[in-house]
Amino acid sequence: MERKKVSVWSDNRFWQRSAIWVTGFASLLLIWLTFDTMGQIRMGTQKDINNHVVKRVPSSTVINYKVEYKMSERRGHEVPVIGGDDGKGNSLFKVKEKFFGRDDYTQKEADALLHLGKLASQAKNCMDCHTLLGNGAYYAPDLTKAWLDPAWGKNGPMQAMTGKSTKEEAMAEFLMHPDKYPTHARMMPNLGITPKEAKALVAFLKHMATIDTNGFPRGFGKIKEGVVYAKSK
Amino acid sequence: MQSQSRFKYEGQKLASWYFTVAVILFGAQLLLGLVAAIQFIHPSFLYGVLDFSIARMIHINAMVVWMLYAMIGAVYYLLPDEAGIEVVGIGIAKLLFWILTLAVAVVVLVYIFIQVGPADAKTIWFITEGREYIEAPRWADIGIVVVVLGFLANTFLTAMKGRRTGIITVILSDMIALAGLYLAGMFFTDNISMDQYWWWWVIHLWVEATWEVFVGALAAYGLIKVVGARREVVEMWLWIEVAMLFGSGILGLGHHYFWIGTPEYWWEIGALFSALEPLPLVGMFVHVLYDWGKENGIKEKSGADTTSNNTPALMWLVSNGFGNFLGAGIWGFFHTLPQVNIYTHGTQFTAAHGHLAFFGAYATILIAMFYMAVQGKNGIKKLRATFASKMAIFLITFGVVGMTVALTIAGYEQVLIERAQLGATWEAYFTAQNQLWMSQAMDWRLIMGIVTTVGFFYLAKDLLTIGKNPKNVY
Repeated sequence: MERKKVSVWSDNRFWQRSAIWVTGFASLLLIWLTFDTMGQIRMGTQKDINNHVVKRVPSSTVINYKVEYKMSERRGHEVPVIGGDDGKGNSLFKVKEKFFGRDDYTQKEADALLHLGKLASQAKNCMDCHTLLGNGAYYAPDLTKAWLDPAWGKNGPMQAMTGKSTKEEAMAEFLMHPDKYPTHARMMPNLGITPKEAKALVAFLKHMATIDTNGFPRGFGKIKEGVVYAKSK
Repeated sequence: MQSQSRFKYEGQKLASWYFTVAVILFGAQLLLGLVAAIQFIHPSFLYGVLDFSIARMIHINAMVVWMLYAMIGAVYYLLPDEAGIEVVGIGIAKLLFWILTLAVAVVVLVYIFIQVGPADAKTIWFITEGREYIEAPRWADIGIVVVVLGFLANTFLTAMKGRRTGIITVILSDMIALAGLYLAGMFFTDNISMDQYWWWWVIHLWVEATWEVFVGALAAYGLIKVVGARREVVEMWLWIEVAMLFGSGILGLGHHYFWIGTPEYWWEIGALFSALEPLPLVGMFVHVLYDWGKENGIKEKSGADTTSNNTPALMWLVSNGFGNFLGAGIWGFFHTLPQVNIYTHGTQFTAAHGHLAFFGAYATILIAMFYMAVQGKNGIKKLRATFASKMAIFLITFGVVGMTVALTIAGYEQVLIERAQLGATWEAYFTAQNQLWMSQAMDWRLIMGIVTTVGFFYLAKDLLTIGKNPKNVY
């Protein structure tokens, strides 16, 4: 075909080259950012906790510590607080909390628990009803900060219902027999979760609550009137 | 049925096999969607037999797989036509079709009858990976990769031997990216943030980048075939679309990295680039209508017949222009800024966007391809819409838009009550779910889902019969 003299704006080859350059540039930028993000979201270790290094995804051994979700003065939104805080929303990594009667899980033990819990979360298709970190299905509550949900805490209706005296035991009991504890017409089905898997799933949930999600969900569990309102229904 | 085929190429016949399975899976998608929609209203429906998690998983997996089938079919349909030669290694291509279809059938049966497994590697390898959208077990992942490699070999060898058009260049390079990205979803990690980071590489870079480029290329082909648009013009549009879609969509990935443990800089990157994502969709919308009008004007002036040579396909192409812009563009933009998304993330808002976007951006144009295949199969010069064609497009579009409106209302209610007012806890969630506005919205979603399904039956009937009836043929 004879090439007519045309404006560059209606020249196919110009647009083809533009497409290649734009795609290449965007891809390179994404790869570069990915390297940076990988470094920032690599899971921490107990060493980091000992050295008071705040990790976006902390060590599996956070299950030995008290975990909260508090307003950070510096960042202007809530952040996970591990082992108590200094009043400004910074973790102190000091205050321990028993998890199934122990607060001395070694790195190896905690890693194994988290591994089993994550596997169970996939093997049981949690994400096809719940959301984790806000991703998944919308048939059941978000589990990102489930560990911190007042319903499972002391005097919370869920803990009371299972007749257990700690949060972790109540959660594990519910996971093993969800059909025995209906909280809503929309009941969780019995997925054949074993005691071992249930304990691991609770560890997985407690660990997930310590991930720095940039303040999502906002105001989690902070609005007390809301809970009263919900109960009165 | 095969015996009457008047396809010019065996590759196109293979395409019609892929399209047939796609339509069946489309029906399965709607059926399981209805089950899940009923469960929102009557949670005891099929409880313990086919729980919501399973119904919803098959609903979405059937959709992803039917669209991939239709996309592979579309490539086999247009490739020999564009390249001017038969697909290289067509025998192997047909064998791969049967292997893939058998694998899909096994995966679905395991989903339905085994559902979940114990927390060990065997479950991940043979039952489910439990990662939303890409739950297919690992063995199937590997099978898919093998089949796709074969598909890429078939298509690349064909493209190298035959005429290489701009459309072929775009589609085949896009297919490499699409296939390569699947690998990002094939590993296990204990770190859920890391898991979600790479999971989005598959999900987002498919549906908001490579699939959209694929749609651009299909629209280009469709316009050339259906309204006789000029190739130079259409292909120039296509390159501009590729630049805009990849330019915004690749880094638009950042809007999934606001809250999963990833650093704050994704707020700015995700917000900026994903806010740009609707722009190419506006362009594609204008492009379809503009080319259609222009070609019509040219024909009118020269006194030629102005009817397109495939009116049902054209109707669906135009609805793609609208649907892509509205569903993916507008409904996506609604909640793409982090200031809004901190409240809307993981609510029915996302479901509303998902329904209109997948329908508007992908279902529409792939249905247009089905009609082009019907035309090719029966060797029809001009295919005219029937009553069933019109009922199909009207009911399906009306139904999906209705579901989207219902879910958007549900989303608003959930965002305001559960998230903003009550703080996102377990009780906040169920308080919002118990609201009248939520239950009414869910009733309407089911009604509109039924409307969509009725439309689907018209579509299936039309695809089976339109080519046979001489009344619909010029």
